Amino acid sequence: MYVELQNINKAFGDVHAARNVGFGIVRGVLAALLGPSGSGKTTILRMIAGLERPDSGDIFIDGARVNDVDPGRRGIGFVFQNYALFRYMTVFDNIAFGLIVQKEPAETVRSRVFELLALIGMEGMEKRYPAQLSGGQKQRVAFARALAPNPKLLLLDEPFAAIDAKVRKELRVWLRDMIHRLDVTGIFVTHDQEDAVETADEIIVTNNGRIEQKGSPQMLYKAPATPFVTSFIGNSAPLENYKRLKGFENGSGAATGVVRPEFVKIYPAVDGITYENSVEDAVVEDTAFRGTHWEVTLKIKNMTLPARYSLEKAPIAAGDRVKAFVYRLYAFDGDNVTLLENRNLDTHNGANRYSI
Amino acid sequence: MKRHSAKRIIPGFGISLGLTTSFVSMIVLIPMLFLAVQSTDAGWSGFRQALSDPRILAGYEVSFLCSFAAAGVNCVFGLILAWVLTRYRFPGRRLIDGLIELPFALPTAVAGIALTALYSDKGWIGSAFAAMGIKIAYTRAGIIIAMTFITLPFIVRTIQPVLEQLDGAYEEAGRMLGASRGRIFRKIILPELTPAVLTGFGLAFARALGEYGSVVFIAGNMPFKTEIAPLLIMSKLEQFSYDESAAIALVMLVVSFTVMFGINCVQSGAASFSKG
Ligand SMILES: Nc1ncnc2c1ncn2[C@@H]1O[C@H](COP(=O)(O)OP(=O)(O)O)[C@@H](O)[C@H]1O
Ligand SMILES: [Mg+2]
Repeated sequence: MYVELQNINKAFGDVHAARNVGFGIVRGVLAALLGPSGSGKTTILRMIAGLERPDSGDIFIDGARVNDVDPGRRGIGFVFQNYALFRYMTVFDNIAFGLIVQKEPAETVRSRVFELLALIGMEGMEKRYPAQLSGGQKQRVAFARALAPNPKLLLLDEPFAAIDAKVRKELRVWLRDMIHRLDVTGIFVTHDQEDAVETADEIIVTNNGRIEQKGSPQMLYKAPATPFVTSFIGNSAPLENYKRLKGFENGSGAATGVVRPEFVKIYPAVDGITYENSVEDAVVEDTAFRGTHWEVTLKIKNMTLPARYSLEKAPIAAGDRVKAFVYRLYAFDGDNVTLLENRNLDTHNGANRYSI
Repeated sequence: MKRHSAKRIIPGFGISLGLTTSFVSMIVLIPMLFLAVQSTDAGWSGFRQALSDPRILAGYEVSFLCSFAAAGVNCVFGLILAWVLTRYRFPGRRLIDGLIELPFALPTAVAGIALTALYSDKGWIGSAFAAMGIKIAYTRAGIIIAMTFITLPFIVRTIQPVLEQLDGAYEEAGRMLGASRGRIFRKIILPELTPAVLTGFGLAFARALGEYGSVVFIAGNMPFKTEIAPLLIMSKLEQFSYDESAAIALVMLVVSFTVMFGINCVQSGAASFSKG
């Protein structure tokens, strides 16, 4: 593990920003701290950086305990949420700052700054001031400034929050490529699951100061460990009593859970359904066009379920009566989550589970 | 750069410009014009004297040098005071914060008499300095102290809000890059404060220049040594030489305006970085 946190606790007055936080990140990986606002992501990041002291627990970087090491000596580059570029310095001086602090000779500073300017694709802009840059350019300058002293670990707080949607997609890919190309380990904080899922190799989900789960984006989606992660990652809708649904009558424990739209298949007409006993009667409450498919809200036995519906099939509209089959759902039992498959699945003709 | 859009988003730009010009004219420009007219009422002799009489010239020197020194001293100590008041939490902080405006609230003559008593060779502070052979009251040092006292609030109160608003992330960015506290202060914080310090300096300088009540007591008013220009204006008035007093006032106005204008130019240059 390149970075490791063990039993970290941190409180601000009676707000517990971190409770028994522990995780490790392998060298060269880009990890995301993902969680709702106020869940303690920034606090965790700042403790790794040394800008905040944990009340208890240990932080290791590259095998060495760094709790008592100055922030500037931990070999960390930090990109702040609003970039915190020095307003009265040019782009050149911003990037050069960390090198000048280390008393590098002027010629080394120059060549390193120009190397970084090329890396971030901003050659020729070294004389500009931060106020003359776009949001994306500021972010890249902040990135270059943090990277200039060759840190082994890069921390970024909400790096995409201030960037508009179109540039955001490009920056995600760019950041991911950079981290992997430069052989640094990266951790970024975000509250946006799309940022995390599309950028990170590994996601650490935080909630209320705790780590809920750590894993690859696919794993969090397919095997969520807690009810929180199940609802937070991907699209889902809560079910107050799934035992009322055909094929799930025998579930154990409490009957609450969630269902994802891709788990529900809609049949616009009765024909084509071989096993009529296993489908539910549903009423279409709402349809929304999503470019590649319809997002449909169904009412089944007084419960609201989301579903996706292909654009190729016969159109449906609010008020229509249709048939629906629920392939699977996540059942909650206390803090545990189980994936329940529909008991009638073997006999159902729609064997292709994920088709819509 | 964004002048056009700024013009559009201010509603009633024409009205506000009109109001501004008439207000500035009534409060500032017309009295000055009146001064100019008055100083040349009886021909140019008053003027000639205001620009050539060695005693008056010495008065300008005392006024400008001491005001400059007082504003300068306040830049340093006002900055430290503002820093301590915003960055540290200690018992009595609110009390000290409340005391900052006191120099404004006190009638200036009261301040002058109190300062003179304190800094004279027999006073609490003055006697300590007198033991070291340093005279404060009735020297330029005394004038500077009175001016410093009276103008301290300008510097503290212009810097304080800027320091309070300053995003801590700038300093933290410096720390993450390994900069020492000294370098962070000089290279990162000070440039952020410079516009406010300049404003405070300008205000303090102008106020010190015009200050009369608190200075005359501690100055001793020795011609060529500790006689300030406002005192000369007063004594000319007492001799009913209105043209001469107006001429001296006009010279001071022109010089202070030049200084303030210069400061404003430097400042708007600095402010242009921080937009956006
Ligand atoms: N310096 C601070 N002083 C007091 N409370 C703080 C401070 N920093 C964070 N908190 C609190 O700690 C909790 C976690 O905050 P933070 O780590 O910023 O969350 P996130 O980055 O996930 O939005 C929040 O309730 C926040 O109000
Ligand atoms: Mg945060």
